[in-house]
Amino acid sequence: MIDALASGLRLVATLDLRLWEIVGLSLAVSLSAVALATLLGLPLGAALAVGRFPGRQAVIVVLNALMGLPPVVVGLFIYLLLSRAGPLGELGLLFTPRAMIVAQTVLVLPIIAALARQAVEDAWQEYEEQLRSLGVDGLHGALTVLWDIRFSLLTAVLAGLGRASAEVGAVMIVGGNIDGVTRVMTTAIALETSKGDLPLALGLGMVLIAIVLALNAGAHLIRDAAQRRHG
Amino acid sequence: MDLRKILLVALLALAPAAWAQDRFIVVSSTTSTENSGLFKHLLPEFRKTTGIEVRVVAQGTGQALDTGKRGDCDAVFVHNRNAELKLVQEGWFVNRHDVMYNDFVIVGPKADPAGVKGMTDAVAALAKIRDAKAPFASRGDNSGTHSAELRLWNAGGIDPQGTWYRETGSGMGATLNTASAMNAYALTDRGTWLSFKNRGELAILVQGDRRLFNQYGVMLVNPAKQPHVKKEMGQAFIDWLLSPAGQAAIAAYKIGGEQLFFPNAKP
Amino acid sequence: MSSILPLRLDDVSYAAGGRTIIERMSLALEAGASTLILGANGAGKSVLMRLMHGLLAPSSGRVAWAGEGARRRQAMVFQRPVMLRRSALANVVYALKVAGVASADRERLAREALAEVGLLAAAGRPARVLSSGEQQRLALARAWALHPEVLFLDEPTASLDPGATHEIENIIRAFDAAGTKIVMSTHSLGQARRLGDEVIYLHQGRVLERAPIGLFFPHPATAEAAAFVKGELPWT
Repeated sequence: MIDALASGLRLVATLDLRLWEIVGLSLAVSLSAVALATLLGLPLGAALAVGRFPGRQAVIVVLNALMGLPPVVVGLFIYLLLSRAGPLGELGLLFTPRAMIVAQTVLVLPIIAALARQAVEDAWQEYEEQLRSLGVDGLHGALTVLWDIRFSLLTAVLAGLGRASAEVGAVMIVGGNIDGVTRVMTTAIALETSKGDLPLALGLGMVLIAIVLALNAGAHLIRDAAQRRHG
Repeated sequence: MDLRKILLVALLALAPAAWAQDRFIVVSSTTSTENSGLFKHLLPEFRKTTGIEVRVVAQGTGQALDTGKRGDCDAVFVHNRNAELKLVQEGWFVNRHDVMYNDFVIVGPKADPAGVKGMTDAVAALAKIRDAKAPFASRGDNSGTHSAELRLWNAGGIDPQGTWYRETGSGMGATLNTASAMNAYALTDRGTWLSFKNRGELAILVQGDRRLFNQYGVMLVNPAKQPHVKKEMGQAFIDWLLSPAGQAAIAAYKIGGEQLFFPNAKP
Repeated sequence: MSSILPLRLDDVSYAAGGRTIIERMSLALEAGASTLILGANGAGKSVLMRLMHGLLAPSSGRVAWAGEGARRRQAMVFQRPVMLRRSALANVVYALKVAGVASADRERLAREALAEVGLLAAAGRPARVLSSGEQQRLALARAWALHPEVLFLDEPTASLDPGATHEIENIIRAFDAAGTKIVMSTHSLGQARRLGDEVIYLHQGRVLERAPIGLFFPHPATAEAAAFVKGELPWT
């Protein structure tokens, strides 16, 4: 344990270039995936919260269940899609960071959409009458509420970010853990573990946790400040 | 407003996705080769000479060959001669060339309950391990190492079964971690062992048997089957590996003063 | 454009959760007189308001406005105002935007509405940090900006202190003077007397009495209405 802490601190202190390369890629991949998943998932969740159509309950149940998609299964699925032998092979995306972003977006989208759906549905109770009185209907109303509860939605986004930065199964399979190209923190930890360099692996793990903590703290501060401004 | 911030981050993050799409090939190889550190030593030299970046995807041998068949890489660099030749025959790869060999060793607890220390007959040693029912950690993952292990058991007429025989279904490093934790015997390539840091009570007990030699081969994915393959650059890599410069680079790779791989390309 | 009044309810019933809340009600609301709806808790005042405004659909019967575009020409203020997490001004601008007002005009009209209710100084403050009285005034400003023909108010001062209540009543009077038809439910007999021209007394989902203010209070025609008038806390 002490070895691990020492390894981690040494890595950070010596500003090990390869470490920061790996950290940078991890952030780029996960933040991109979360951004995409947010862009797609928030309106999807809002529409599902407010819309009424046959089979709606079934859709909600499936969406909630998809939150538990195993990352390695998503990885395998995207791998089969992007492989040259697969339908989207022409794109040549396999073993690139873009493939990793695609896989993580698929993984994170249900989380953000499902949590947004619940949040908007709860808020809709409060807003519905007034908005309908003003003549705001359906999707427009859903989007208005979505924007109004944006600070609460931050938690959903952070949940997605947590999932993305923590997973190894999807990015390992579609990225290939290529040194300097698709190696991220989690796959690097897996690699060092398999090489038996456990202190280094643990050290990397602590760096990863510290970064995720920092992101969360930052988001919390932003949310606090913004809430004070807007009430 | 917050959505706009997120968009900005996303765009900035994707911008480096114009990530140098210049001269590179993808080579699938095995985790044991990657873990030995050979590529870190070899590839920069190749790049300096030719300007070509080699991206190594490290998987088990079975998976690496499959990646080649799918066309998801340009060349394959593994150590399972029989499987490789079969696939060349089936037309998936253009040709197969010997590149280098390393050897396997049998590691085990220093206490050596099966009494195999110092033996040079790997097949007999495995038989003693089976007789003692001493714990043995196998990769069990259809890799080159796993195939080699099974060949050795079979050579002694043994089909390894029982609670003493533990199949981890994972890579060399993970299997060694398990062996270390269980004080079990295991078959490993020397390269992985030399760079493995979690040895616990394990040490090399059996080595030197000719049957423990592990031959590496390199193959180009067949452009006839996969038209997008970067055949010139892939061939350049193969040519370099087989060239005197490449072979010398392989021989020059040492861990703790010990050479890991022995170049043996046919001139 | 012709008026959307009179509003006619034709044999309207509303049932929910196995209970009949409004029972076969027929009535007409004409332009001009401000209509106050009175009744005990559970009499159906809120449901009736929502049926008239169109937030609820009747289980049977018809709710019919006289002119076209009725939806856009009414507004409603609820007991608890619901504001968006934006500035007071932005909330009014939002309503104007939804109503299709040209973007060049929105801010100006919004400020005029805020001035009308005495909230111009608070235009830039987040709506949700205003006091309940201020938020209710803001709700009225939002309604005012739309220049509705009919303004529904569902117990608008029930949650407010007397000072805020007084301010709200003044604004309602201003609406009335400007020609908006007021339809308002209330618990307070005093408020009914101050603001109403006519009273509709509801009892168990039916209109029991309907009379001008001057007649209803001294001489309620039915026993239930009389009991209601007597039992109420006096004249708040």
